[in-house]
Amino acid sequence: MDYSKEFLQGLYRTMVRIRAFDSKAEELFLEGKLPGFIHLYIGEEAIATGVMANLRKDDYITSTHRGHGHMIAKGADMKKMMAELYGKITGYCRGKGGSMHIADLSIGVLGANGEVAGGLPIASGAGMAIKLKKSDQVVVAFFGDGASNRGAFHEALNWCSVYKLPVIFVNENNQFASTERVQETTSVQNISDRAVSYSIPGVTIDGNDVIAVYEAVKSAVERARNGGGPTLIEAKTYRIKGHFVGDPTLYRKKKEVQEYWRIEPIGRFEKRLEKMGMLTDEEKEKIKSEAEKEVEEAVRFAEESPFPETATALQDLFVDDTGYDYY
Amino acid sequence: MREITFSEALGEAMYEEMLKDPTIFTYGEDIAKQGGIFGAYKPLLGKFPDRIIDTPISEEVIFGSALGAALAGMRPVAEFHFADFIFTGMTAVTNQIMKIRYMTGGQAKLPLILRGPDGISKSAAAQHSESIETIFMHVPGIKVIIPSTPYDMKGLFKTALHSDDPVICFEHKLLYKIKGPVPEEEYYIPFGVADVKRKGKDVTVVTTSRMVHESLKAAENLAKKGIDVEVVDLRTLVPWDKKTVIDSVKKTHHLIVAHETWKRGGWGAEIASVVQEEAFDYLDAPILRVGAKNVHIPFSPPLQDFVAPDHEDVENAIEKVLEGA
Repeated sequence: MDYSKEFLQGLYRTMVRIRAFDSKAEELFLEGKLPGFIHLYIGEEAIATGVMANLRKDDYITSTHRGHGHMIAKGADMKKMMAELYGKITGYCRGKGGSMHIADLSIGVLGANGEVAGGLPIASGAGMAIKLKKSDQVVVAFFGDGASNRGAFHEALNWCSVYKLPVIFVNENNQFASTERVQETTSVQNISDRAVSYSIPGVTIDGNDVIAVYEAVKSAVERARNGGGPTLIEAKTYRIKGHFVGDPTLYRKKKEVQEYWRIEPIGRFEKRLEKMGMLTDEEKEKIKSEAEKEVEEAVRFAEESPFPETATALQDLFVDDTGYDYY
Repeated sequence: MREITFSEALGEAMYEEMLKDPTIFTYGEDIAKQGGIFGAYKPLLGKFPDRIIDTPISEEVIFGSALGAALAGMRPVAEFHFADFIFTGMTAVTNQIMKIRYMTGGQAKLPLILRGPDGISKSAAAQHSESIETIFMHVPGIKVIIPSTPYDMKGLFKTALHSDDPVICFEHKLLYKIKGPVPEEEYYIPFGVADVKRKGKDVTVVTTSRMVHESLKAAENLAKKGIDVEVVDLRTLVPWDKKTVIDSVKKTHHLIVAHETWKRGGWGAEIASVVQEEAFDYLDAPILRVGAKNVHIPFSPPLQDFVAPDHEDVENAIEKVLEGA
């Protein structure tokens, strides 16, 4: 593994920041401070981190309902994210989207999505735009194991293969679609096997190994940038937390979850870096305390921000709303 | 003035704007090589080969990709083949396209158009005959244009090709071949401005699309009986021109709403509601609605004729409303 200390610590830092954000979000939700419901990315941080380390600011992603990690890794501002989770006017969506509809078009995040597989047709369209503009951008479409059983997944893979679009389909197989286990609901052992039907490369990787993710996505991104078309990457991971915060998780045993805590991506990478002499205890603590501080500042910003005025509920539907009736 | 067909008007609008704006591209089933199932793209055959694209039968991606392409800086025009099949990819329309600007707090501009044929034709039966424009007036987040003449088709579509909001355009199958005057000079028709297709003083018929022509026929027939009918073509349903409708009602004191879509819950009910809320004192009789009977469009010609409304239904409604309903 021939990577610089700066690069490796950068990956580590991103994962730690995502974990800090979502751990705090969980705590705040359980304290009753956040409205709605939230889906945590805890245990899946290596995927967003490894993917985004390959992307430029002008590359696009479509995210999912479990999208906080994608946002942070793509370069989003935690303050605006946290404010959105609180439903405040200073949030990314001025309080209209919440956790599940967070987006930052200025950094290429074409939206989290409340609909399973909802982002895949959108990613396909961004791919068409790139091809027509003859630019060398790429799109990464994140989706879960459950999404691979929806028609939109199959339509999108066929479409992107037919037109050779620069779209990388990154499947975060966290073993559960809501409460249902992937092997009880899915016809294939590996979701990447479905690539065969669409004549595109499909690979399954260890989604808890940030370097494995980085390297698999690197070659897919290179292919896409050079006109080679789409790739399906299945990153196997495990959803350590419930489907949503507050999920009673009757569908699995605590012992199973404990087993997976042992192979969660941050601890694993930490040990690896320590063994390589790339991360001292001091550096580790510094990265962690900086991340916690960043999150605390985001919480303070969100809590001090006002809720939106009700009049703003009647804004943002159309660019030009001349003649449109809101009552 | 020269006369061209409704589909030629669409083709001209596309051609003129595609020449000016390299971000416009269009795609759907059977359009690039065939010119569209009803020939709507025939005027474009052989032009812009990279920007007119035949696609797989994948409606959710046809619609959802329009959103993605718009977010990524293009101006897509996606064809829905038949209005009935919008439902096949409906989630990408109502749950994505129509919500994303609002959900993101106004971050997104969505210069995209969904367009295609709707309505009855010769015995196309229930799965190829629907008029579903009301749904897109009911769910917020898309502009609805529904032209009745070649002139309106071209002018509205050119405006749609400059809109930064999503637009859905319903083109009635029986209108593609009709001819009408269209000037050589460039023009645009703004959304939300109705066109009074016939001036009259006794009764107002508010209508769109094919039913504009049926209403005009009804007006001609009733003129022989001394009844003077005003026909107001809304042309766009989102937004719709409340002022022109209410002004007309203030003059005629009688209102009929006429559309091909189902009478029950059709957009005419919304117009009728608003008029009774805002101009009740001007009405001399209850507002009557003309629409399809609340079943599906049947195959057999006499059954289709019975279910879908035509000029006779409009005439009957007018005579009834003038009798005080």
